[in-house]
Amino acid sequence: MELETKISRVLANYGKELVQEWVQEQLKDMSTHGHLMSDQQLRSQCEEFVHLVQRAAALSDCRDMKGAEWEPTRDMLASISKSRAHQGYTAAETALFVLSFKKPFFDRLRLEHGGNTDALAADLFLASDLLENLALHTTNVFQASREEIIRRQELEIMELSTPVIQLWPGILCIPLIGTFDSERTHVMVESLLQKIADTRSEIAILDISGVATVDTLVAQHIMKTIAAVRLMGADCFISGLRPAVAQTMVQLGVELLNVITKANLGSAMDLALRRLGLEVRNVKQ
Amino acid sequence: MERIPILRMGPNLLVSIEVDMYDQLAQTLLDDLGDRIVREAARGVLIDISALDVVDSYIGGMFNRIAQLARILDAETVIVGIRPAVAITLVELGISLRGIKTALDVEQGMKILREAEVGATGGGLVVHQED
Repeated sequence: MELETKISRVLANYGKELVQEWVQEQLKDMSTHGHLMSDQQLRSQCEEFVHLVQRAAALSDCRDMKGAEWEPTRDMLASISKSRAHQGYTAAETALFVLSFKKPFFDRLRLEHGGNTDALAADLFLASDLLENLALHTTNVFQASREEIIRRQELEIMELSTPVIQLWPGILCIPLIGTFDSERTHVMVESLLQKIADTRSEIAILDISGVATVDTLVAQHIMKTIAAVRLMGADCFISGLRPAVAQTMVQLGVELLNVITKANLGSAMDLALRRLGLEVRNVKQ
Repeated sequence: MERIPILRMGPNLLVSIEVDMYDQLAQTLLDDLGDRIVREAARGVLIDISALDVVDSYIGGMFNRIAQLARILDAETVIVGIRPAVAITLVELGISLRGIKTALDVEQGMKILREAEVGATGGGLVVHQED
């Protein structure tokens, strides 16, 4: 015997009450994150969800969520998940949005079915399955948007960490900031060499005033960078050696043989300009 | 037999390497270069490797051999057009190309050779145009 599902009817008849109870339920659960979203916003999200599910349930048999009838629901949940991922909700809290609908919804289903336990059990199973699938969908979207955020940030950090600046036609500057490992050095050397090739620059200034400490490995990376720059046919100066860094290098026995070092970027720039046959002079006289 | 062409530009010889090098080809190039440097009293050798995507220790060693040969025959060697990836590879392989000058492109390389020539003769014998 095919039992008729009352999911759609329950949603249509008790829509307002369901939303009311559901919102209460969620406010209780998410007391810690109450400030992230207004009650009004939450209520309108809930209303829209109930409305969309009702319409989809009326059109389909609630068994397969992949159909076109469920697309508006899926899209709406996806946009909620995305915005929550950006607002800083956890994955559990996002999934709870859908899962917390169970309690008020099941209560209403029980009332509607009265004593017909077979029909009630079938409907509960169906509704439970439906809501869990929708919750899983929100979790998937939530995770995907989180990953997207991480990927974007990774890219930004990578770009931030290795800027190559053209100070003058023919003169490039690469300011080193923070700590240097092989991975970062690799990216830095690659972008520097590429920029040298692109701009046909003759001089690259390695400004290490932002490097707090230098160990043998970092010194080795710097020497390798200089060697590669020279192979390209450009020359490389170092500027901004801090006294402490200079001392460490001496103690470590790092000799910057054949490398021109300057105290600050200005004097390195001055030397670079001279190499190109240019000079800076005061014209106000 | 396959040969790498050697072009003459004024007092300098120009070699453009565009194919994979192997023992026999490198040896032929070395022989030819020695021959031409002596015959034409060349002052400089300019090697353009901008067409090379990859290098190995063998090619690095070949450059060093060419430079040594040229130096003995009183000519300067300049390698131009080393690509970023090639430069990184050479550094990682520990090939220093000591005593070989490098330049970004043929134009810059020629400038280096001209300046070297002026320096070698003290600028006295060579009339050169100020730019």
